[in-house]
Amino acid sequence: MKFAVIITLKKDVLDPQGKVIEQTLQSMGVNSLKNLRQGKYIELELNETDEKKAHNSIEDMCKKLLVNLIIEEYKIKKI
Amino acid sequence: MNSSVIVFPGSNCDRDVATALTKLQFKNKMVWHKDNVLPKSDLIVIPGGFSYGDYLRSGAIAAKSNILKEVVKAANSGCLVLGICNGFQILIETGLLQGALLRNKNLKFISKDVHLKIINNNNNFCKKYKKNNIINLNIAHNEGNYFTKKDHLKELEDKDLIAFKYCNKDGLVNESTNPNGSISNIAGILNNKKNILGMMPHPERMVDNLISNSDGVELFTSILN
Repeated sequence: MKFAVIITLKKDVLDPQGKVIEQTLQSMGVNSLKNLRQGKYIELELNETDEKKAHNSIEDMCKKLLVNLIIEEYKIKKI
Repeated sequence: MNSSVIVFPGSNCDRDVATALTKLQFKNKMVWHKDNVLPKSDLIVIPGGFSYGDYLRSGAIAAKSNILKEVVKAANSGCLVLGICNGFQILIETGLLQGALLRNKNLKFISKDVHLKIINNNNNFCKKYKKNNIINLNIAHNEGNYFTKKDHLKELEDKDLIAFKYCNKDGLVNESTNPNGSISNIAGILNNKKNILGMMPHPERMVDNLISNSDGVELFTSILN
């Protein structure tokens, strides 16, 4: 079973990399761009057939290592 | 006094710290990250560098290493722990110190000498300095932008847990004298018990007038006494 974890900085945390990407796109003429935040994408494959159990196990991994909950938030998606 | 310097793959200030400690009469041992036993230590130093190549987040992987479990136990029972640069990042990732170290505001790796104001000298690491003294230490980091929640910042201020703040040579602390965007110009913080200090600047680089200055000496001699 494969999952993706998407990690981004929380809204109230300054994202200087995202800001620079946003400004560069805007300077390239992308006038419709309103806001941009960048983050990390992690793919995981689990030896697990129960989706709920797999999900819980990834939650645990996020809390223990993958995500710094002080500054980051995450979404888990089945892929 | 016995000291231990923890070495990870990617540490690069471990020898500098060891040299400074030995020069200042510590009996120092180097401890590999895979070790499960910590030598008897009065001081543990987690040095600067790029442990595990800064993978995932600076300090995140090192914080889960074997020896760190022992460091956390020792710290909780009162042993002095000093985390410098990547060592500060590792202490944050273990939860021994709170907050986060984000990428520098200007997105650049900053390597330069900066001025620091001694905010709290009433602790084992800074007692040889005078309060509000200005010292000059080197910083060299990409993720030194200290961030914490408002209520924790208030706690740091109320309990006098901020050890150093970035300033200019006259002691001015504001945005113009903040090299990396740290909240309130914070360069180093203590835990509640004041036995753990995390700092981005490198005191070990400033212990010899021949190659730099000696502003870092008092930090180590404070620990000795």
